Amino acid sequence: MPWMFPTIMKNLFSRPATRRYPFKDIREPFPGYRGKIYLDPNKCDLCGDCARVCPADAIEVSLENRQWKYDPFKCIYCGTCVEVCPPQALRQDKYYAKPAAVKATETISVPV
Amino acid sequence: MAVRTVIPFGPQHPVLPEPVHLKLELEDERVVGVTPILGYVHRGIEKAAELNTFRQNTNLFDRVCGICSFIHCQTYCQGVEVLTGVEAPPRARFLRTFWGELSRVHSHLLWLGLLADCMGFESLFMQIWRAREIVLDISEMTTGHRVIQASSVVGGVRRDINKDMVKEVEKRLVALKEMLDNTMAPALLHDATIKRRAVGKGMLSKEQAELLGAVGPTARGSGVAIDVRQTGYAAYKEVGFEPVVETAGDSYARTVVRARETYQSIEIMRKALAMMPEGEVLVRVDGYPEGETVSRCEQPRGEVFYYLKGNGTNNLERVKVRTPTFANIPTYLVMLPGCEMADVPIITLSIDPCISCTER
Repeated sequence: MPWMFPTIMKNLFSRPATRRYPFKDIREPFPGYRGKIYLDPNKCDLCGDCARVCPADAIEVSLENRQWKYDPFKCIYCGTCVEVCPPQALRQDKYYAKPAAVKATETISVPV
Repeated sequence: MAVRTVIPFGPQHPVLPEPVHLKLELEDERVVGVTPILGYVHRGIEKAAELNTFRQNTNLFDRVCGICSFIHCQTYCQGVEVLTGVEAPPRARFLRTFWGELSRVHSHLLWLGLLADCMGFESLFMQIWRAREIVLDISEMTTGHRVIQASSVVGGVRRDINKDMVKEVEKRLVALKEMLDNTMAPALLHDATIKRRAVGKGMLSKEQAELLGAVGPTARGSGVAIDVRQTGYAAYKEVGFEPVVETAGDSYARTVVRARETYQSIEIMRKALAMMPEGEVLVRVDGYPEGETVSRCEQPRGEVFYYLKGNGTNNLERVKVRTPTFANIPTYLVMLPGCEMADVPIITLSIDPCISCTER
């Protein structure tokens, strides 16, 4: 198979195409990658728009307790909440949530 | 005296990426009858679509299929846009064309890799999937995710592609084409092993394909020139489109159709990026979907069909999805009888079965 030889020679003398995840050589995600959601509690006005638009019910907003709850294991990282947030208090990181033994919910208290 | 046996093929089988069960009736080594059995991965997406709001449904229909997720979402959005009376802006239509073709290249390369893997041609499998990585990188760069793009919404698309990104994408498309020219194309066109395994296996004549209602590359491999992109949805009218047709009707013809379509899609993507007009990408949607409509798009596997019914509220009354694999499964009844047991994996794979999509 003569057509194979250039490919074989190239592969023989080049680095592996795969990365040794999670040890090293991890490629940086591109800017704008949809990862974990973070809240800036000082900007939040607890309007609850993020919880209303969330397709996975991953966000819970409690006005009485002044709390914002986020479940990164329910989150589908669509980024709709970040787009709709009126005071732009939400930010999407370019890394997704790490695997964990316990599925914990994040609770953030919003100051008055 | 031939011995008759019944052999279960699937739902768990190394060549099947997803669970479909084929009850094969064999006479010695020859298949004489086949009964496809579905129903292993039903997820109730159509019911969930009635409970979610119509805007949240875009994220749900992204998840109907893991491979052609964008086109499902696009079909849904096009349907709801008809019901709410809005029209996606021209730039959004071109971006939808671009991402739709990107999913097609992604899906076809995945399938061509799986075909090589099912023949035991592991090195070609690795090479093709290595080329596919470029496609996934373009997807991540332009939409923010490798597979579930979530970029189409009712009223347009969520992200724009700026000029710098267009240049970067073009560069990667050139690299992709070069990689395919060096590895995939010569292997599929000249390799004797692939020809021995695929030529003349799983014959489906033009008449049978039309009779059984085959769609997509399965029908086009048998000489039936049907492709929903001919209707000119999204920006296909402006970009121009001719369906890829092969006439042999065997597994090899279906493979060649997909390989040629991969090249065609790369060309369409470059054209769509070059012809893309300036302007907004998303229009505001006021009001709720009302009435009923039908929306069709061409997926990598064939025509996908959505029936949508709205009742003037935030929730849709009914969403019915008919996926291309559902239309292609009856062709097994013609393609499989008469073949050897050893050819069953390749023929089964040749329609590119996507069962999670079919059962939703």
